[in-house]
Amino acid sequence: MTTSPDLAAPPDSGGLPNLRPSSPRYGEKIIFGILAGSAVISVATTVAIVLSLIMPSLDFFRDVSIVEFLTGTEWSAGFQDAQYGVLALLSGTIQVVFYSLLVSIPVGLGVAIYLNEYAPDWVRRAVTPVLEILAGVPTVAIGLWALYALTPIVADLLPFLEWGTYSIGVAGLAVGLMSVPIVSSVSQDALRAVPDSLRQGAFALGSTKREVSIKIAVPAAFSGIVASIILAASRAVGETMIVLMAGGGRPQFTFDPTEPVLAMTSFIGQTATGDIAAGTTTYDTIFAVGLLLFTITLILNMLAIRMVRRFREVYE
Amino acid sequence: MSDPTRRAAGPAVVPPRLDTVPQADSQRVSPVEGETVFDLRDVDVHYGSFRAVKDVGFTVVKNEITALIGPSGCGKSTLLRSLNRMNDLIPGARVGGLVSYHGKNIYDADVDPVEVRRRIGMVFQKPNPFPKSIFDNVAFGPKVHGASRTERESIVEDSLKKAALWEEVKDDLRKSALTLSGGQQQRLCIARTIAMQPDVVLMDEPCSALDPIATARIEELMVDLAKQFTIVIVTHNMQQAARVSDRTAFFSTEVNETSDIRTGVLVEFDDTQRIFSNPSDERTENYVTGRFG
Repeated sequence: MTTSPDLAAPPDSGGLPNLRPSSPRYGEKIIFGILAGSAVISVATTVAIVLSLIMPSLDFFRDVSIVEFLTGTEWSAGFQDAQYGVLALLSGTIQVVFYSLLVSIPVGLGVAIYLNEYAPDWVRRAVTPVLEILAGVPTVAIGLWALYALTPIVADLLPFLEWGTYSIGVAGLAVGLMSVPIVSSVSQDALRAVPDSLRQGAFALGSTKREVSIKIAVPAAFSGIVASIILAASRAVGETMIVLMAGGGRPQFTFDPTEPVLAMTSFIGQTATGDIAAGTTTYDTIFAVGLLLFTITLILNMLAIRMVRRFREVYE
Repeated sequence: MSDPTRRAAGPAVVPPRLDTVPQADSQRVSPVEGETVFDLRDVDVHYGSFRAVKDVGFTVVKNEITALIGPSGCGKSTLLRSLNRMNDLIPGARVGGLVSYHGKNIYDADVDPVEVRRRIGMVFQKPNPFPKSIFDNVAFGPKVHGASRTERESIVEDSLKKAALWEEVKDDLRKSALTLSGGQQQRLCIARTIAMQPDVVLMDEPCSALDPIATARIEELMVDLAKQFTIVIVTHNMQQAARVSDRTAFFSTEVNETSDIRTGVLVEFDDTQRIFSNPSDERTENYVTGRFG
């Protein structure tokens, strides 16, 4: 048995082995600092945004009662004798969400079920990148397309309704097409997490492909599918550019898809242009609407996260 | 249909059943009595260009338990899955030869695999209950095939009784099947299969994920079920094959010297008793006595 003298622990004064670090290991500390710093930045940004929404909102609610804000249906911010009934804006937002889900749920789910349960490998490989491209199209381009291409198509398809240049229905439709990849990719993840043994079990009971997909795979992936829908809804609530460009700018409490309606996001996008004096009620209004928007999307995202966690727990 | 002189494997001449040790290398097979359910001839299974199993032939007799044994990778599960066209679900899988089920080749062009699987059910290695209630698991097959609500209720009760699970779950039929123990889940999967009122039940190592007590219960159940159904079981456990089966097919692998590709082959098919007490092939003897595999 030979022991290299280099490896033998040099006995220190007390005769104990020297187990102190052989070098100061600065690299470890630097990496830790960078990573922890990144985490702090993202948390700090979120906190800063929330605070910057809350502060002016508090000023706003000193001038306008919160009850009037949440229950009023007249909106005329910036005008003489201004009305701040946010339901007028909320009706636009709700319509955008509704019409967009009308498109994104069936199409997105259809895509997910087709790609995961039916499509051969090569189709899946070809279609998935196309969906990713769709997800990456700038919303301003979709807005433009909605305004100049989609509106005439919709007017042709539904001639019994009177379609103007701007309509909240067409804006919602365009947002829905944009959200298809959100629904399809999250639903597809959920379907993929369903163990194949369940499908095999159902096939072994003499089920057809449709029965296996609809009665086994979809129910087993249900919470993930619901999560994908909530995420798409949340995306539609927050979508600004398409709604601003194609949805029109009239603040009115209506549920008519052919009407131009100012949604919450389009109000913010339209009003926050820099020529509004800080500290005025109109200025504060933007933040109050922003805070409400933030609250809605926060609740939706929290719901979605809970749903996604649930389907992960079942099968992982 | 049933032909007592038909040999399960090999050429058409049937040697009489011998009580003495036959000459080595004779592929001795007992004449089959009773109604033939499956008659396999020259069955090959390919995955793409890889031949997983070659030239398999044996018969499965009604109300018997036929065991497929052999070392890992010898293709016995592959072969089992070709008996109800579950291999169709694997891209690239192909089955050649004749898999005759009551005289009809289930790989004929006019055969619908869904219809095949309604008659030939399957229980898997790992219990795979659906994430639904106990009731809905058992009622799944009947519901898919149009049984009414009241029919389903009686089918569920009947199937759970046959699967020896009724007493344990009768008050919890609405509970999730995932709350059951592994052994209970496997009996639930058996109940789910027999709720289809199949003709044949295929079992792919149904006890390998279970403890000895649960295994003993399933084995008891199999013997009981064989009174009503025909059972083909793949097992790694030779004692299990010896305990429950009437006939045993022993598979092994042939290694191609040049390419090192392994192909599953049927070495011997006979009464279980003979396979374990007096096999005609040396490879079978080595395996059942534990010298190999």
